[in-house]
Amino acid sequence: MAKEQVYWEDVEVGTELPTLPKIAHSLMLVKWAGASGDFNPHHYEDAFGKSQGTGGTIVHGLLKHAWLIQLVTGWMGDEGFMKKFSCQYRGLDYPRLMKTMNEPQDGETWLCKGKITNKYTEGDEHLVDLEIGVENGSGQVTTPGTATVVLPSRGS
Amino acid sequence: MVPDELKQHIGKIDPPHVREIEKGAIRRYAEAVGDDNPLYYDEEYAAKTRYGGIIAPPGFFGWSIKPATASEGIIGLMTAMIEAGYAGILDGGMAYELFLPVRAGDTLVASPKVKGVTAKEGKSGTMMVCQFEVAYLNQNGDLVAKAFQTLIGRKL
Repeated sequence: MAKEQVYWEDVEVGTELPTLPKIAHSLMLVKWAGASGDFNPHHYEDAFGKSQGTGGTIVHGLLKHAWLIQLVTGWMGDEGFMKKFSCQYRGLDYPRLMKTMNEPQDGETWLCKGKITNKYTEGDEHLVDLEIGVENGSGQVTTPGTATVVLPSRGS
Repeated sequence: MVPDELKQHIGKIDPPHVREIEKGAIRRYAEAVGDDNPLYYDEEYAAKTRYGGIIAPPGFFGWSIKPATASEGIIGLMTAMIEAGYAGILDGGMAYELFLPVRAGDTLVASPKVKGVTAKEGKSGTMMVCQFEVAYLNQNGDLVAKAFQTLIGRKL
């Protein structure tokens, strides 16, 4: 499933990354809890979520952070290297419930988006800075962030 | 104003946690995110890349950051937060500086530290913003990554 490698020369400030759509649902949150070791009941018990003042079960911030990392690493390819990453959980997100054992009910889809804000070299490294974020179904960015990536150069 | 019972935790460094980077744990993590990058599960594919084998996605250090932060100093601070009335604890964000890839088979040592606590005025009153720093070293003693996590305590 290797895809074409992106090179530093191929991108400009303003270049957008391909949008990565994601659906947070109960099943994904359970899998994430197991895989990440985050067993906070805030992410599977509505009543606990209500007692914490968030209205119910909320999506793990770290799951959204992992989506953003997928957005960037999937784009930068095997020859890219992520040097820096940051994201802030500014808005709460609520997972879709399940319709069947595997399929979620209808509901919102989250869009992970990114674009290049700076392109430069440092020593022999060819770098880009990115603005990234997870946008909810209403178009609000609930999880903004930034990343710095080393890309391969055609010249080296 | 940050209460003294919270302040006293600032600067505490926990005993190091040792984590083995297991292939199966990487795969389950990637599956939970929905990231089908073959670098994370396909040995044959990964062997042909510059990594020469399976790597973990950035942000995966053998287990999520949670167990690393669920350590003495940090648990101590969280307990003090709840006792001081800041019982609504939410993840605020995450940042990384990444230096080396994490490979399947690596053994990482994580040293979690309570970096700081500051008070901030938010929509729901005063919040306590707690910053943690975790440095990860591999089996060769090389610094692999630094993680900076923010947790926010609100009065419920």
